[in-house]
Amino acid sequence: MPIINIDNKNYEVKEGKNLLEACLSLGLNLPYFCWHPALGAVGACRQCAVKVFKDADDTKGRIIMSCMEPVKDQLRMSIDDKDARNFREHVIGWLMTNHPHDCAVCDEGGACHLQDMTVMTGHSYRDYHFTKRTYNNQYLGPFLNHEMNRCIQCYRCVRFYKDFAGGKDLDVFAAHNHVYFGRQQDGILESEFSGNLAEICPTGVFTDKTLKQHYTRKWDLTSAASVCQGCGLGCNILAGERYGAVRQITNRFNAAVNGYFLCDRGRYGYEFVNSDQRIKTPMVHHGPAEQSNGIPVLEHVHHRMVPGKTIGIGSPRASLESNAVLKELVGADNFYLGVSAADHDLVSLSLRLLRQGPVRAASLQDAAAADVVLILGEDVTNTAPMLALSVRQAVRRIPVAAAQQQVHLAAWQDAAIREAVQEDKGPLFILSMQETKLDEIAQGAWHTAPDNIARIGYAVSHLLNDTIPEVTGMSEQGRDIAATIAKTLKSAAHPLIIAGYGGGSEAILKSAANVAWALHDLGIDAMLSFTVPECNSMGLEMLDGHRLESAVERALNNGADTAIVLENDLYRRLNQHSADLFFNNIKSVILLDHLYNTTAEKATVILPAGTFAESDGTLVNNEGRAQRFFQVFTPTTAVQESWRWLLQVAAVSGHAVLSSLQHLDDVVKFIAATYPQFDGITTLTPDAHFRLAGQKVPREPHRYSGRTAMLANENVSEPKPAEDEDTALSFTMEGYRGEPPSSMIPFFWQPGWNSVQAVNKYQVETGGPLHDGNAGKRLIEPNVNGHTPFYTEVPEPYLPLKEHLLLVPCYHIFGSEELSIHTPGIAARMPAPYLLLHSEDAKRFQVTEGHLLHFMDNGHHYTLPVIINDTLQQGVAGIPVGLPGMQIAEAPQLIKV
Amino acid sequence: MFSLVRSMWLIFLHMFHKRETYQYPEQKAPLPARWRGRIALTRDPDGGERCVGCYLCAAACPVDCISLQSTEDESGRRYPEFFRINFSRCIFCGFCEEACPTYAIQLLPDFEMAEYSRQQLVYEKEDLLINSQGKYPGYNYYKIAGMAIQGKDKGDAKNEEPPVDVKSLLP
Repeated sequence: MPIINIDNKNYEVKEGKNLLEACLSLGLNLPYFCWHPALGAVGACRQCAVKVFKDADDTKGRIIMSCMEPVKDQLRMSIDDKDARNFREHVIGWLMTNHPHDCAVCDEGGACHLQDMTVMTGHSYRDYHFTKRTYNNQYLGPFLNHEMNRCIQCYRCVRFYKDFAGGKDLDVFAAHNHVYFGRQQDGILESEFSGNLAEICPTGVFTDKTLKQHYTRKWDLTSAASVCQGCGLGCNILAGERYGAVRQITNRFNAAVNGYFLCDRGRYGYEFVNSDQRIKTPMVHHGPAEQSNGIPVLEHVHHRMVPGKTIGIGSPRASLESNAVLKELVGADNFYLGVSAADHDLVSLSLRLLRQGPVRAASLQDAAAADVVLILGEDVTNTAPMLALSVRQAVRRIPVAAAQQQVHLAAWQDAAIREAVQEDKGPLFILSMQETKLDEIAQGAWHTAPDNIARIGYAVSHLLNDTIPEVTGMSEQGRDIAATIAKTLKSAAHPLIIAGYGGGSEAILKSAANVAWALHDLGIDAMLSFTVPECNSMGLEMLDGHRLESAVERALNNGADTAIVLENDLYRRLNQHSADLFFNNIKSVILLDHLYNTTAEKATVILPAGTFAESDGTLVNNEGRAQRFFQVFTPTTAVQESWRWLLQVAAVSGHAVLSSLQHLDDVVKFIAATYPQFDGITTLTPDAHFRLAGQKVPREPHRYSGRTAMLANENVSEPKPAEDEDTALSFTMEGYRGEPPSSMIPFFWQPGWNSVQAVNKYQVETGGPLHDGNAGKRLIEPNVNGHTPFYTEVPEPYLPLKEHLLLVPCYHIFGSEELSIHTPGIAARMPAPYLLLHSEDAKRFQVTEGHLLHFMDNGHHYTLPVIINDTLQQGVAGIPVGLPGMQIAEAPQLIKV
Repeated sequence: MFSLVRSMWLIFLHMFHKRETYQYPEQKAPLPARWRGRIALTRDPDGGERCVGCYLCAAACPVDCISLQSTEDESGRRYPEFFRINFSRCIFCGFCEEACPTYAIQLLPDFEMAEYSRQQLVYEKEDLLINSQGKYPGYNYYKIAGMAIQGKDKGDAKNEEPPVDVKSLLP
C-alpha cells in the first residue's frame, strides 16, 4: 500500500484512488463539489485544490486538483497550505458571486453541501458588489422543484441523470457564464431515478417537491433507519417525521444494496402514511343482535376466535414479525399466505431455485458489477426499478475495462473514460413481452410471448450444457438468438440472469435457472436475480403457509368462521368473485391494516395497524437479505404494530407461547428459535439493551427545535417523551452523539457536514461499506456442492389463436404498487387502464387506438381502451396490473374476445 | 461622632435629588429601543409578513420554545402556517432575532406580559404578528432574494440582471 505524506504526516492509503478519495477516506476535511463516489471525478469545480511538493526540500510546491491526481507512493501534499487554502476560498467566492440571497427560503438550507463547503473554506464575506445573473425556472413534474439561480455549475446533475441513470431529457444548455441545467422545455422528468437529483445536487437547484408541501429542515426531523416498502428489492431508506407526519424519505447508504440512490417510487411513495384514508381507531361492526359496546376491542377479537375455526391470512407487505405471530396465533394449519396464486407460484419457485441450486442470488451491487446480463421476461424498470439502474452500470463494465487498458487511466477518471468508451455497451440481452426502457442499451432485445421466452432460455441452456434437451421446432431466428446469447454468456466472467414475477411464468424462471446452473457447471461465476412483487414477499414465502385459494375453499365448506386478515386487501389477491364468496362465507373478519380499502368494508373488527413508519420489523428482500426497519415516531392514536396487536390478542386469549412475548426482541428471538430458516435475524441490529457509553441512540439531531412549544397549544406542560422499549433508539434528542452501529443510523451528520455528503464520514473508504459493515443478513445461500437436476419440460411455442388473445401482465413503476399511489404525484403519473394490442390484432378485432374492447374473464367484464403497440407479438395483449379500479386478471392467460 | 452627623447630612441632602423610583404602573419606565422584551413578528414595507418560515429562530432558541410550520401561498411567498412561542419558557435572550435573516422576529421594549395562567403565555401567530416594521424600517427580503414571487419576477430584485437567454447561442 502506498504511503503518502499529508501536511508532514505519513498515511497509508489504498492504491488506485485519487488524492481526494484518499483524504476523505482518512477522515480529513477537503471541500469538493463535482466529485461523487458513484460518479467519479471530472475536475470541473476546482474546489478540491491541494498543494503537491516534489520532495521534502520543495517548499514552493504546485497547486493541483486532488480529485484528478492518482495516489502515488511517497507523494508529499498539503491540504493546509496557505496558497491552497486561499485558492479554495477564492473558488467558493467566485461560485458565490451569482448565488442568490435566498437560503432562508431554500429547501436545501441546513442540509446544503454548498453551505458546508463555504463554511469549511472560510469564505464569510462577500467581496463582489455587482449584479447577479438570474435564470428562469422550469416545471419538472410533481417530484422536483427547480431553482436555477442557485446553480454552481458542478455538472453533477447531468452526469447522474444522463451518464449514470440513462435519462435523456435533462441536459446542459447555452455556454460560458450562463450554462443552464434543465429540460429542453417545461415538462415532467422522464427518468424513474429523477428524485436522486435532490441528493446529487450540492445546492438547492433540485429539491424534493413533496417535502416542500410540508417543509421541515433536516435538523427538525425525527428520523430512523428504514427499509423501502415499494418493491421487493429492500432498498435502505431514512424516513423523517415532524408533527406526526412523515415528511421525507432519503437514501440510507448500503454498499451491498442500493448504494447512493433510490427510485422515485421509493423516495416519494411514502405519503400513504399521512393519508386521510388511514385507520386510526379500532372499530367493531355491531350486528343488530349484538349489543357489545363498552367491551374492550381485544375481547371482541377474542370472542370471535373460535378454536379450530379461525384462520389467519398473512401479507407480503407486513413484517416478518407480524406474519410469524399471526401464524403462531392461529396455528400453522390455519395460516394462509395472502398472495395471489400467480405470485405464490412464482415466489415459491424463486425461493426453491435459490435454495436448491448452486447459483447465488445477486445483490443490487453484485448486479451492477456483472459483465453480461440476460433478462428473461421482465420489464425491470417497472418491476424492480433499482435493478434497472444496476443493469445500466453493468453494461459499462466491459467497455470501461477495455478503455482502461487502452488509455491507462483509473476508472474514476470519469470524463476521460467516457470519452474513450463513447457509446460502447457491454452485452445485455433482453427477452420480454413488449418494448422496455432498457432495450435502448441492449445488444439484443426481442419481444415475444412468455412461453417463447422460456423456450429461448431452454435453448440457451441446451447450448451451454448438452444434457439439457434440445428445444424442437424453433424458428431460424429463435435459434440465432439462442446461439448469440449462449456464445456471449460462455465468454463472461460474472454473468447475471434476471427473471421474476414480471413475466408471470414459471417456465421462464426455470429456464433462467437452467441457464445459470449450466454456466455454473462450466465454472463461470454466474448470478441469478429473481424479482419479487412486494417488500416481504420472500419473507412470507420463507415462513410458509397454505395457498389463499384453499382458504376460500375452506370458507365455502364451512371450515372457517373467523378470518384474521393481516395488512392485506384480498380484492387485490383474489378476483372479485372469489373474494366476495370468501367474505360471504366467513362470519367475522378481523382486519389489521393502515388504510381503508375494499376488505376493510367487509371487516367486523378493524385494528389500526402501523405502517413502516410506526412499526419495528424485519423484511426479507428478493435476494434473501433480512433487514430491520425501525419505528420513526410514536403515533398519538391507537395505531401500533400488527404484531403487537396480535400479541395483545394472544395475551387476552391466554396463548401458551405468545402471551410470554412482549417486545420486538422477544418476537425476533421466538422467530429465530422456531424457524431455522430465519436463523441469524437476532443479529440484524443490536437489541433493546444495547447502549453506547450508557446511552441510547437519539432519533433527533442535537439541533432539534421546538420541543417546548410544539405541543404547547394543547397543554403548556410538556408531556413525557415517548419511550422506545423495543429498540436501542430513543425518540428524543438525548443520547449518544457519536456514530451508531450501521444498522441503526438514524441520520447522517458530522460536524461541518450537514448535507447527505456526511455519509463519507461513516464509510470505511469513500464509496465503501459503512464502518461496522453493511446492514442486513443474507438468509438464503446457494447449495454450492449439491446439484439439482436441470429442468427439462420445455413449453410448447405460443401460436396466436383465432378469436383469442394471450393476456400478459404490464407493470408500472407508478401505479402497480398498492400503497405508493396514495402519493398525489405518483397518482398523477399513473396510466389509465388500457389494453395493449398489436396493430394486426387490432385490425383483426376491428378496433383502433382509443376504441373500447370488451372481453370476459372469470365471469368478470372488462371494457378497456385499446393502445396499439407493435412491439408485442401478434396474438398477445398487454394488460396493466395493480392499477386502482382494475380487476385482477390472471395473466398470462388466454381469453376469448 | 462626626461620621454619624456626616451620614445624616448626606441622607438629608438626598431629599432634594431627582427620584430614581418610577411609580409603576402609573408611571412607565422609559426603555431603550434595543431592550429585549416581547417578541413580535413584523411586516415588510408593503404590509406583507416578513417571516418566511426558515426555522432559524427555532434552531437558535436555547430553550426550544419556538415552533412553526412553513408553507407557501399562491404568489410563491413563504410564510408560517402557524408560529408559536411558549413565553413561559422564553428567556428573552434575543438569539431568535439575531438568527432571523429577514428581520421578521424582533424583541420589543415591552415586558408587560404577565398572566394568571401559564397556558395563556403560549402565543400563536395572531398574537405575535404586528402591523409594523419594528426596528428595521424599509427592509424587504423578497426585493433582495433571488426567488421569484408574484409581482417580482426573476431579474427584478436588487442587483439582478435580467434572466439569461438560454438560446443566445443560436445564430
